[in-house]
Amino acid sequence: MATSVAPLLCCYAWTKTLLEQLAISTLNGVIYGMLLFMLASGLTLIFGMMGVLNLAHAAMYMLGAYLGYQISKTLGFLPALILAPLALGIGGALLERYGLRRVHQHGHVSELLFTFGIAFMIQEAVQMIWGRIGVPYRIPSALDFPLFRLFSTPYPAYRIFVLLLAIAIFFGLFAALSRTRIGLIIRAALTHPGMVSMLGHDVPRVFMLVFGAGAGLAGLAGVIGGPIFVTSPSMAGALGAILFTVVVIGGLGSLPGALLASLLVGLVQTFAVVIDVSLDDVFKIAGFTAASTGVFSDIRHTTVAQIAPILPYLMLLVMLVVRPRGLFGSRDV
Amino acid sequence: MNFMHKLASVALVSLALTGPVSAQDASTVKLALIDGQSGPNGFIGESMRQHLQFFAERQNAAGGVAGGKKLDVIAFDNKFDPQETIVQLQKAIDAGARYVFHGNSSAVGAAIVDFLEKHNRRNPEQSVLYINFAALDPVLTNEKCSFWHFRFDADVNIRTAAITNQIKNDPSIKKVYLFNQDYSFGKAVRTAATQMLKEKRPDIQIVGDELIPLQKVTDFTPYIAKIRATGADAVISANWGNDLNQLVKTGGELGLPVKWFTYFANGEGGVTALGAAGVGRVFAVSEWHMNVPNPTTEKMADEFGKKYNRDMFFYRLDTVIAMLARSMNEAKTVDPKAVAEKLETMTYKTPLGDTYVRATDHQFYQPLYVSVMADDVPKKLEKTPFGFKTVGMSAAKETEVPTTCKMRRP
Repeated sequence: MATSVAPLLCCYAWTKTLLEQLAISTLNGVIYGMLLFMLASGLTLIFGMMGVLNLAHAAMYMLGAYLGYQISKTLGFLPALILAPLALGIGGALLERYGLRRVHQHGHVSELLFTFGIAFMIQEAVQMIWGRIGVPYRIPSALDFPLFRLFSTPYPAYRIFVLLLAIAIFFGLFAALSRTRIGLIIRAALTHPGMVSMLGHDVPRVFMLVFGAGAGLAGLAGVIGGPIFVTSPSMAGALGAILFTVVVIGGLGSLPGALLASLLVGLVQTFAVVIDVSLDDVFKIAGFTAASTGVFSDIRHTTVAQIAPILPYLMLLVMLVVRPRGLFGSRDV
Repeated sequence: MNFMHKLASVALVSLALTGPVSAQDASTVKLALIDGQSGPNGFIGESMRQHLQFFAERQNAAGGVAGGKKLDVIAFDNKFDPQETIVQLQKAIDAGARYVFHGNSSAVGAAIVDFLEKHNRRNPEQSVLYINFAALDPVLTNEKCSFWHFRFDADVNIRTAAITNQIKNDPSIKKVYLFNQDYSFGKAVRTAATQMLKEKRPDIQIVGDELIPLQKVTDFTPYIAKIRATGADAVISANWGNDLNQLVKTGGELGLPVKWFTYFANGEGGVTALGAAGVGRVFAVSEWHMNVPNPTTEKMADEFGKKYNRDMFFYRLDTVIAMLARSMNEAKTVDPKAVAEKLETMTYKTPLGDTYVRATDHQFYQPLYVSVMADDVPKKLEKTPFGFKTVGMSAAKETEVPTTCKMRRP
């Protein structure tokens, strides 16, 4: 390749590769982050407002993917994009109204167990209806083409569609919360639910609305995430843990916090994968050359890339120690 | 001492009750399948049970074993857990099983080997033989090898031998990327692949060596970008489950032009998840697949598909049952020790070629097919338009790998 031609050419090629890596990693990280945000936004609102960690949130995401698959098979992708989140939203609202609200009187542990049970029910129901090995949910053919080339890499249109949709959702949510009357009440109920209730607002109804909207958003994330990821019963488990870290890092109940934390987690994970540097390499640069065996050799040889997928959990730990309320949270976890 | 008296009589009664149970029914040979039958991955254990049942029934229909005894399959759910395995293993032995079948997870396999080594030494008259038909960690036929363990699947090193044989004959491959899960199994693959590629194709450059945490990655786009930046032509990956399906699927979506040499892409759920992204790109190693042209196995697969409404996969269990039956017939007994002594030196001709057990480590060797996912094959999988077609084959001898086993014989 260029290495044998001239040093200058080599460096040009090297810089170009580096730039390409940088651009693609940023884009990948942002898209993954925005998808996380779509899920985390609903979760953080529910968590912040009702004090309930909705353990069924990831399961609703999975159900959204399956419903999306089923509807798009018969009616097409666009109806799926609207109908599946709607179905989940209504389901979520009913779940809050006739399930969670009754359990609410018995305290947070009961609520937690309730959502835990719901998660199991959804999981089992999905396996019973669609089987245990997953379904062939594919990117709709209208969006299945490379939109542009980033240097030498073709970039799929569908991912850009996901990005745009997620951005639209963020602005929509933000506007609804900051510009509308109901948004005002929701924001008030986030911090002072008792006082809002005293002022004569129907706080339980607001809760129902928020729970429904959160479920709907999870469903929407499922519909658009299903074709990118593998639509199978295990898809909930993988994402569920990451979601909770995002919500805690961002701060409970904070929409901007959820956005920032989602992007942070997405970008950190994406960039860490590219860094093949271990502690040993750092030692070498610093002038130490330690023996390559010994008790700590495994730790020393572990590269940043190897631990990339668990970095969000590390961030969670650091955040809990340094700033328990999260980036934009108004109260401690 | 009324209480002690009662206790003793209860013990006696229960002895009298259980004693004859294990001794009675000399007309059957119990085969205990100990594997996960519940939970999200329970479908794999279920499939194993159906396969074992299917082949045992065929053998029974053909006259049974050792002078007309019938094979009787009983399944025990170990929930994929080594601790639970020991509990279930004890149950199986109490139920009179002297042959234990197991497939998922080498950690469980190691637990069974450890348990049986002790159990068989202490209770030689109750010896139990372990037929491993899918746990692939080489350790089971090396450091941990045991007289009481037989592996009827190609282990990691053997599969890697078949894969590197294929790469050896493909001049278009110049740069290889290793992509594995960060645990004993993934590390074994990466060591074996590095070494075998160096021997068979010294010109090949290994441009990447990735280890990812097991089932933790949710987004594979950064890995795809990383692989692309190295200019790799082929990826060798022993990943399974989501770590494999999503990796290859994301690669297809982002148009990564590589060949994927995998160990498990042909397993249940694989083609459904991969779809068109895998066609012509995803390679797998197996002792058989649906599109191997052979009238005997085709008929077998048809019958299995009709009976259980799922694709036949564990063809190797047919060979296992056949060889076990022959060992029992030749030994004229179903005693595990006598049967193991016959089995360990056996050569056997299956419809697909010559196979044999290597006596030094009890590893079974059979012809291995390298196949690629395709949409132009007669037999499709999982009601998708896709299946696998053969692109290369290694005879049993060509896949043999050295062993460090120092077997302690009873």
